[in-house]
Amino acid sequence: MILEGLLYAESHEWVKVSGHEAYVGISDYAQHSLGDVVYIELPKVGSTIKKGEMFGAVESVKAASDLYLPISGKILEVNKKLEDSPEGLNDDPYGNWIVKVEILDTKELESLLKSDQYTASLQE
Amino acid sequence: MKYYNKLIFDISEENRIGYSLEKKNLPKVHLPESLRRSQKAELPEVSEFDVVRHYTNVSQKNFGVETGFYPLGSCTMKYNPKINDELATLSGFSNIHPLQPVETVQGLLKIYHETQKILAEISGLKAYSLNPFAGAHGELSGLMIIKAYHQKNNDSKRNKIIVPDSAHGTNPASATVCGFEVVEIKSNPDGTVNLEALKAVLSDEIAGLMLTNPNTAGVFEKDICEVSRLVHEAGGLLYYDGANLNALLGKAKPGDMGFDITHINLHKTFSTPHGGGGPGSGPVGVIEKLVDFLPNPIVKEKDGFYYFEDSNDSIGALGLFYGNASVYIRAYVYLMTLGKEHMSDIGPLAVLNANYIKDSLKDLFVLPIDGHCMHEFVFDGLKDSSTGIKTLDLAKRLLDYGFHAPTIYFPLIFSQSMMIEPTEVESKETLDEFIEVMRKVAKEAIEDPEMVKTAPHNTIVRRLDEVKAARSPILKFKDIK
Amino acid sequence: MHKYLPHTPKDIELMLKVIGARSIDDLFSSIPKSLRLNKSYNIPNALSDDNLTTHMKCLASLNKELVIFRGAGSYDHYTPSVVNSLISRQEFLTSYTPYQPEVAQGTLQYIFEYQSMICELTNMEVSNASMYDGATSTAEAMFMAKAQTRKDIILISQTVNPRIIEVVKTYARYRNIKVMIVPQKNGLTDLNFVKDNMTDSMGLIVQNPNYMGTIEDYEGFADVVHAHDGIFIMNAEGQSLALLKTPGEYQADIACGELQPFGIPLSFGGAYGGYLATKMKYVRKMPGRICGITTDVDGKRAFVLTLQAREQHIRRAKANSNICSNQSLIALAVTIYLSTMGKQGLIDVATESMQGAHYLHQKLIETNKFEIENNHPFFKEFALKAKFDVEAFEKSCLDAGILGPLHLGNQNLLFAVTERRTIKEMDLLVQKVVEQQ
Repeated sequence: MILEGLLYAESHEWVKVSGHEAYVGISDYAQHSLGDVVYIELPKVGSTIKKGEMFGAVESVKAASDLYLPISGKILEVNKKLEDSPEGLNDDPYGNWIVKVEILDTKELESLLKSDQYTASLQE
Repeated sequence: MKYYNKLIFDISEENRIGYSLEKKNLPKVHLPESLRRSQKAELPEVSEFDVVRHYTNVSQKNFGVETGFYPLGSCTMKYNPKINDELATLSGFSNIHPLQPVETVQGLLKIYHETQKILAEISGLKAYSLNPFAGAHGELSGLMIIKAYHQKNNDSKRNKIIVPDSAHGTNPASATVCGFEVVEIKSNPDGTVNLEALKAVLSDEIAGLMLTNPNTAGVFEKDICEVSRLVHEAGGLLYYDGANLNALLGKAKPGDMGFDITHINLHKTFSTPHGGGGPGSGPVGVIEKLVDFLPNPIVKEKDGFYYFEDSNDSIGALGLFYGNASVYIRAYVYLMTLGKEHMSDIGPLAVLNANYIKDSLKDLFVLPIDGHCMHEFVFDGLKDSSTGIKTLDLAKRLLDYGFHAPTIYFPLIFSQSMMIEPTEVESKETLDEFIEVMRKVAKEAIEDPEMVKTAPHNTIVRRLDEVKAARSPILKFKDIK
Repeated sequence: MHKYLPHTPKDIELMLKVIGARSIDDLFSSIPKSLRLNKSYNIPNALSDDNLTTHMKCLASLNKELVIFRGAGSYDHYTPSVVNSLISRQEFLTSYTPYQPEVAQGTLQYIFEYQSMICELTNMEVSNASMYDGATSTAEAMFMAKAQTRKDIILISQTVNPRIIEVVKTYARYRNIKVMIVPQKNGLTDLNFVKDNMTDSMGLIVQNPNYMGTIEDYEGFADVVHAHDGIFIMNAEGQSLALLKTPGEYQADIACGELQPFGIPLSFGGAYGGYLATKMKYVRKMPGRICGITTDVDGKRAFVLTLQAREQHIRRAKANSNICSNQSLIALAVTIYLSTMGKQGLIDVATESMQGAHYLHQKLIETNKFEIENNHPFFKEFALKAKFDVEAFEKSCLDAGILGPLHLGNQNLLFAVTERRTIKEMDLLVQKVVEQQ
């Protein structure tokens, strides 16, 4: 399932813009490929991460995946609920955001995929 | 047989003892409280018989190579000869301290020296160090040697290692641990090196290429000489992961193919026991120009006298002492049991066994690679996948028939990988039994898929909740509520 | 024909028919002709079992079994008979790594018991299934510290076994980690140096008892390390944990060390094993296998390898460590040893070793042939500076069937005593000293 209205990175993270801030999470495709998520590693609040750099990791029983920030941002908030219940990412990948960031360069949003483009990339 | 489910802590009773010790009644030693532990460690309190009965019952929950067939691709589960165990544990080997003067350990040093010499001859290289403790450790040493070699040549740009996508996980992991950047290249559909993909990444930043031959899909790299030429021309070194050496015994030498460094898994090719996950032994071997880089200390021989020497160019020491002696002594006994007369029979018979299974089952399973295989081969799931049976289900159902499952989901280049390696020790009868069971399970997959999907049924525990284990880890006795 | 190769000519004929090949050679057609071997290996001739036994016994006799007063990482403790008997059971000895847990509950159970015992001994929260040896487990602890702090300098005390320092240096060199030695001050780790150099360091490695056998008081060290978000790593010899203050009690973040002293035979340096234990908050940085408890579909309690996403077969290039095999059978031997010795037995063995060491120490001092450098407390090893020819002394010991102390250089001799050393043996060693000019 691809949610409309969000922007996507090829590495399967989604971005929901909200003014100068953005929420970031992983797509349904990502959670499905991982299988049951057992653990999530979250970044430190306050840290600045550049576009394409690793901001955390998710682990399932059979896989471990790094999470890449689709746009440069300063971490404002992390979803602590996921630390105790990482399975939230499987249950609701779009409702359960992972980090909230301050957008540092709005131009970077232009290079992200729109939902139809992301859908197309999954077909390949 | 009832399911034995007790932990040693469950059968512990206060004040029971299981040990024998003579107290010499020497003067007491006063240790200040600040240096002492505040509470005793809660170790079990059981009688000696309790220990024996407990661990005997625990052992019976295990499948071993002597219980039945272990067709695990890439693991080479052969018979672990009893004579190896008997002779390796003679007190003249097991009662010897590693720091004894060399004059008092000539027998052990001779075994070390002879073993590395035999391994060098079999693999076509110059010399081996038996110091690495396991295959992955041997890989790490090999990569360190590559780095040290380039550093000595002031070739500091070379910080990348090429690894095919069909490689075993330890290859890229070892490269990372050694501080290299890993460049993964896509293989051909049969898992062999794609020459174009290789040429595209070769440059003066490449330190080397890690390969196993036959590859992880059981296919011989027929372009290996060309691969070797390309890598060497680009200034890199060629590393051989010896996991699949069994196929080559009697047929070809890695050294002749152009490999500069190799590691061998004594617990695979040379029959030492797997021990449930170790100890193994991963000797690392090199061609002449790399001999000085071998891990310290090195065992040398002069006029029949053996001694240790440290090389200035060595990558350094990789362990407290000199590798897993109790393991390589077993390998030495095996090498001497087979000798010149029989070592060359191993590759041919291992390859014969693998092809026999493959050709007896290829009508029911997807064979992604045509033609004869080497000592192992891959099936990519059932030909008839209409009932949704996956490789995992097939593997679990095999357990019900008293076979250990083959290697599953490796190599990663096939999505329903099932890798089978019988080794040369299995008789035609055992192979026929396995083939019959595989045919039966393939039939069950169509006629009774639910039963296969929920297998195993006959083992003492059935499918485990691995998600629960990872989400709520209980990793020691005190964690149990 | 050979006893390990069951194929008869008839077998081969039938099998080739099924395959559709004329000869076994045909199966190797993919190997270029230029690479194919056409002669046998230049290796020794095969020996029959009987002749091989004679050959090995001869080689074994070329090694001298001695009364051992040397330690430095390998200790002569008694191995109860049950250990070898039980680890020889084929279900333990010949089984594969427990990747199919339904048929490997035996292996998984003993790993779980082993992990539990290591946590008890070290007072740490979680242990892995074992490492190759004590030195490599210390190097891997350093990698954990690097992964956690992302810094590039590690402090290691000069009082740590120099062979362990060498291994740590080897591992560090290839990961571009700088190793900084904390100098010893009067035979102890200099805390002030640690204080002055902790800022950029990922952590500190210390050993207890240290290389010279001294029991160091590491109170306050953790605070200094943690003040800079560093990782405090303590390498503690297994047997000493029966009596001494534990890494956990010293607030260490990682405990590591050698398993050999738990009844693993000396066997010329291997196979030994290393333990690695840490706090739950670092468990995902810990290399090696870990076993946990879960239930199966019927609700039965079962054991399974868990947290495998950290390991090489999943993380591949992103793994923290490349370790695949561990030393499972050694961990089993240790578990059986600790079960057999038990709560009180381990304390008794450690006490006997310590008392023996102190008895020998006293008798040696009384010979007046040594200079006493310090009065630090010690466990089962101690160093004394000899006033006599140390080489001649070693030779006279060997002639009497004794492996004397290790010469550390500069006339310093490192003596080790375990529960196996009798009063008669110790008095004989003292006699050898007295005889020196």
